[in-house]
Amino acid sequence: MGGLLSLVIPLEGNGGVSWAAVCAGEHSFPPSQASFCSRPLFPQLQGMEWLNNHLVQAVVGALIVIGFWIFVARNQKVVPGKRQAFGEMAYDLVRNGIARDILGHDFKPFVPWLLTLFSFILVNNLFGEMFFFMFPTFSKIGYVYALALLSWLLYNGVGIRRHGLFGYLRKACLPPGVPVALWIIIIPLEFLSNIIVRPITLALRLFANLFAGHLVVAVFVVGGSILLEANEAFGGFPIPLLKTAGAVSIIFSFAVFALELLIAFIQAYVFTVLTAQYVASALAEDH
Amino acid sequence: MLQLLELTGSLNMIGYGLATLGPALGVAWVFSSVINGTARQPEARGAMLSTAWIGFAVVEALAIIGIALAFVLK
Repeated sequence: MGGLLSLVIPLEGNGGVSWAAVCAGEHSFPPSQASFCSRPLFPQLQGMEWLNNHLVQAVVGALIVIGFWIFVARNQKVVPGKRQAFGEMAYDLVRNGIARDILGHDFKPFVPWLLTLFSFILVNNLFGEMFFFMFPTFSKIGYVYALALLSWLLYNGVGIRRHGLFGYLRKACLPPGVPVALWIIIIPLEFLSNIIVRPITLALRLFANLFAGHLVVAVFVVGGSILLEANEAFGGFPIPLLKTAGAVSIIFSFAVFALELLIAFIQAYVFTVLTAQYVASALAEDH
Repeated sequence: MLQLLELTGSLNMIGYGLATLGPALGVAWVFSSVINGTARQPEARGAMLSTAWIGFAVVEALAIIGIALAFVLK
């Protein structure tokens, strides 16, 4: 499985592994990096390889998010019906539970971004468990980098606009009350931690959770189905034992799907909460 | 005789196994605090639990990065 570094960092030349070699071989058993290869929608057209399955998923996810919030916000009445009540509940989760609680009293400009972030990540994570797509969009690193970049630009931009460039850097890299002798250590470390590492961990947390989750699901489902359809004695084990193991594996995959559902919600929530927290700490006036 | 002592297999998985120690302790600590806090003050359970999920995800990130990089880096 060498060269999977190109999964995380898009390298020129793909780190010595040719995508065509790995993905054209299509050995998606045992589940490995080949399970995540992009599948172009129209393989016979030469210039259209960029139109692949996860791009369609991302676009469909965006349309679902837009459609949902428009559908829920139409014809609002003072006494809400069921549709409006459900929409208000979902909206309050982000607006009150995340934005207002973390950002304090000037939270309103950030609600659109946080709401979009939460909805988009949740819908795309759920694509990993729903029929028809069965592939989490954020197990391809590019989409995650885009969201982390936007959140990074947001919290740095807001901090620079509030405090000025030098003031914001001083605030971010120098906690109050540090003796001058330690500045030589503290300032690079804080700069690294607040401005370099935060978007990387934001991105890698979401990506790694979704990637590992999809891999585990693939192991149990694909492994279970191969065992269940065994008609020769693999590894010397008798066929009824193999079939039983396959059945147990597939039944356990229900538990794995439930775990993936939980992870989908948690990762969407945590990405949004951490973005709000970073914005709040960039805006904080503590001296 | 040295063949008997030879370790074969994946060094990546040994590294990942070591990397799970810290996050396992961390996650257990987070939820232990939630249980203790709920024992002291049951009505604060909701607020504690929402902070607990954030803490859980941040701690779990290290373990998840471990398993992902165990497959990625060779």
